[in-house]
Amino acid sequence: MDIFIQQIINGLVLGSIYALVALGYTMVYGILGLINFAHGEVVMLGALTAYSTITGLLGLGVPLPLAALAGLAVAALLCMAVGYTVERIAYRPLRGAPRLAPLITAIGVSIVLQNGAMMVWGRNYHAFPNLVPERQYDVFGATITLLQVLTVLLAALTMAGLMLLVLRTKLGRAMRATAENPAIAQLMGVDVNRIVSLTFVLGSALAALAGLMVSANYSIAHYYMGFILGLKAFTAAVLGGIGNLAGAMVGGILLGLIESLGAGYIGDLTGGFFGSNYQDVFAFFVLIAVLVFRPSGLVGEKVAERA
Amino acid sequence: MSAPLLDARGVAKDFGGVKALKDVSLSIAPGEIYGLIGPNGAGKTTFFNCLTGLYAPDGGGFTFAGAPLKASAPHQAARRGIARTFQNIRLFAHMTARENVMVGRHVRTRAGVIGAILRDPRTRAEEAAIARRADELLHYVGIADRAHDLAKHLSYGDQRRLEIARALATEPRLLCLDEPAAGMNATERAALRTLIAGIRADGVTVLLIEHDVKLVMGLCDRVAVLDYGQLVVEDVPAVVQRDPRVIEAYLGAAPDEAGQGGAGEGGHA
Repeated sequence: MDIFIQQIINGLVLGSIYALVALGYTMVYGILGLINFAHGEVVMLGALTAYSTITGLLGLGVPLPLAALAGLAVAALLCMAVGYTVERIAYRPLRGAPRLAPLITAIGVSIVLQNGAMMVWGRNYHAFPNLVPERQYDVFGATITLLQVLTVLLAALTMAGLMLLVLRTKLGRAMRATAENPAIAQLMGVDVNRIVSLTFVLGSALAALAGLMVSANYSIAHYYMGFILGLKAFTAAVLGGIGNLAGAMVGGILLGLIESLGAGYIGDLTGGFFGSNYQDVFAFFVLIAVLVFRPSGLVGEKVAERA
Repeated sequence: MSAPLLDARGVAKDFGGVKALKDVSLSIAPGEIYGLIGPNGAGKTTFFNCLTGLYAPDGGGFTFAGAPLKASAPHQAARRGIARTFQNIRLFAHMTARENVMVGRHVRTRAGVIGAILRDPRTRAEEAAIARRADELLHYVGIADRAHDLAKHLSYGDQRRLEIARALATEPRLLCLDEPAAGMNATERAALRTLIAGIRADGVTVLLIEHDVKLVMGLCDRVAVLDYGQLVVEDVPAVVQRDPRVIEAYLGAAPDEAGQGGAGEGGHA
């Protein structure tokens, strides 16, 4: 088995998921200048809701494809409701407050959601059911599963749809106008509060999809999974240039590849001193490097122009 | 005079003790070009900001087309039919000229989230109509050839025209122009004058803040003068030009010199 190709494949899968989550961070940042640290928890809620819905429906004898779709739909609806509510009660009252206040609030919201999930789903790891038949394909000596193919395809389609929405529709224009200058957008008749709500709702729907994908690919869901995933997706957003949609996608894929290749080769390179369990280190190493050498990110413009 | 389009009654605004507007009352008739002049810091732009809902006035209020305007609700003001441009240009710099105008159509179109996601025929027809109207307006203000350039790449004069096109896209009944001629050369000013006259001819009432006295006196049906936040005089240009209080407060020169362009630029009361 070719390790290099295999790690590229794994990296693409992981990267697509990071990209979906990173989009949620970057959209909110673009419009409000707020790092919504609770976004990772929304991913977790998506995963656990999908888990409960799917296992519940399977127990009732509902066929798998139908149960999987229903799981995605219920998770998306719940996450959208959570995203909307969080903005409404935790962030909107702090609009115009110093930046630190909503940031700390976001951390608070994150803790609330995490502990809420722990009360509902418990501390245990839940085994996520297989959503698609375990089929494998050979690609240049590496293996790719049907699930991996679907993950990457669905993520790509979703992101293409989002780009179309933002670049080609009235709603997207209103979002971009609000991101550039909320006061002026408002004078043009754009209801800025509505646009902000919609941004949270859209980002949360992407998070729900990402949550389902993570759990399907790693066969596991638990209340703590959102924390590290959120941090990494945030890293991906910063890597690409926070506030920039294309940047979040590029950053996500790139971070997935870096982690995957890093984990694949670190053992060989250090003579076995570090193992693949150091995978997480790479993401944060990247975060530090970007912040030091190119704070505006790869695709990002100067931050000052955005803020 | 017929029922006024805009009636301002006792509008007041304080900024931490500084009274930017003191009890300003004026009314604008439909179809008028109404000039608002005064020295720098007299409160002209503050008046605009109160009118368009960017500031909530501390006293008084506005009646527009027979119904009161809700204070501090900019998107409501746009819906009611008030549009404005800015003294310091505020376009969406990273969007194209055409997209800037298309944002202005927001308030007059219906498609929402569902439409944006489903892309049903009605939504697409509306999108096409928005684009078409935007192109017409760019043509109307004379910058059709710059439609696909980013707003930040347009020349200063073109950016001012784009602001007017964007404001017109909201289908205003009252168009408020905040120093539209600032930084324009003589040719551009002449074109602007034709443009404003044309906008009025198309049935839009115009409220104009301008330092170029020649432009104001030549174009406006009536002129109001603000000084230290107070309305000094409101009348037809010929009378305003000769009013001693105006000459003292604003023009700072003999009446016959007031006719010369830019005389107000250095005017500090």
